[in-house]
Amino acid sequence: MAQALNYLKETASQTAGPYVHIGLAPGAAGFDIYRQELGRTIAGPDVPGQRIRVEGVVLDGTGAPVRDVLLEVWQADAAGIHPHPEDPRHAEVAPGFRGWGRVITDFDSGLWAFDTIKPGAVMGRNRRLMAPHISFWIVARGINIGLNTRMYFEDEDNSSDPVLNLVEQAHRRETLLARKVKPGLYRFDIRLQGDGETVFLDI
Amino acid sequence: MKPAEFHQRDRLSQPPALTPDYKTSVARSPRLALLSLQGSMSEITGPTFGHSDIDPVDNDLIRNYARTGDPVGERIIVHGRVLDENGRGVPQTLVEVWQANAGGRYRHKKDSYLAPVDPNFGGCGRMLTDDQGYYHFRTIKPGAYPWRNWVNNWRPAHIHVSVFGTAFAQRLITQMYFEGDPLIAKCPIVNTIPDPRAIDQLIAPLDMNAAIPLDCLAYKFDIILRGRRSTLFENRLEGN
Repeated sequence: MAQALNYLKETASQTAGPYVHIGLAPGAAGFDIYRQELGRTIAGPDVPGQRIRVEGVVLDGTGAPVRDVLLEVWQADAAGIHPHPEDPRHAEVAPGFRGWGRVITDFDSGLWAFDTIKPGAVMGRNRRLMAPHISFWIVARGINIGLNTRMYFEDEDNSSDPVLNLVEQAHRRETLLARKVKPGLYRFDIRLQGDGETVFLDI
Repeated sequence: MKPAEFHQRDRLSQPPALTPDYKTSVARSPRLALLSLQGSMSEITGPTFGHSDIDPVDNDLIRNYARTGDPVGERIIVHGRVLDENGRGVPQTLVEVWQANAGGRYRHKKDSYLAPVDPNFGGCGRMLTDDQGYYHFRTIKPGAYPWRNWVNNWRPAHIHVSVFGTAFAQRLITQMYFEGDPLIAKCPIVNTIPDPRAIDQLIAPLDMNAAIPLDCLAYKFDIILRGRRSTLFENRLEGN
């Protein structure tokens, strides 16, 4: 018999459920408990870069909005730097830039929105530059394990992005592009299933 | 050391997206395959948290919403470590928990279960792990409650747990169950997990060594996040 590897196994995911707001955004659940809720400010007021708002809905396989969804986003600053010690340039990250946000919906319409700055391009694997993008993580009742995807911008040059180019069916890359509604406002609808199903990532 | 990517997530021990016995998953599950992505800077980094983000009382669910006294219910401590698959503690990572009260009712404007809200119980807490990845919080044991799935489904008592780790690729939400609960085996949400060993890993044992005499019982719950490679040869992740 060979030696035992003795790795531990990642804990299994379970759905965040309909009451995820109690734990992650109690104000939305209807009560006030913490000094501050986390994930409300992605980029502080002094962070350089183009101010943008991103809005959208998450749609289920019947086309109905997922009104109890919760999203988290993670991005680089305008110079493409992540505020994290493993980014080689993290010491130069813009002061006040958190890079992470927690996004909740309007319970009636399912519409969500967040304010941030447009990220810069980020160096990817093997010196291939990744076009500006925001990483998404999506949880809700009925979603057994959080769904990962990325949002790119339709008004950027995405032609050589190494991740978009991995999508075999070229027309499906469109599902990862945010539409420019007007200057500073982008729309990014996420389709969990069916026509125009968003490309989700196993990261 | 150069940053390295994370071990591939073992999808065979994780629940699939489509689990028809948990009905809500049917319309909320992608039908097309996930696109497998090797880790880049966007996945191996993630948000960081510090003690300025939270308050010391945040991990005491018996006191963090108390108005006129302590909440009703069985007083418990839940404690354990956040570890990676290599067995290393994950320090200074944010753990957030939420749960129903002792009667199985959530403090949420969308919960209409007939059991009463407890005026002294909010039902959420949060804490950072220490330098060894250890965490603990105090609460009351949540009650079971019915939910609309099959006509007569009841959730086993559980506490929802959200953990960050150091990277966006490690982000995890799960649920902790209590040793000995007969509802666990009957639960369609528990049974979204195909591997019985992975289910066992969600069941916290009673830990009498951590119980406080004449005060509260304790349960131990370790949380394992994805580990990462320790060797890098040709598989260059960085841009150099």
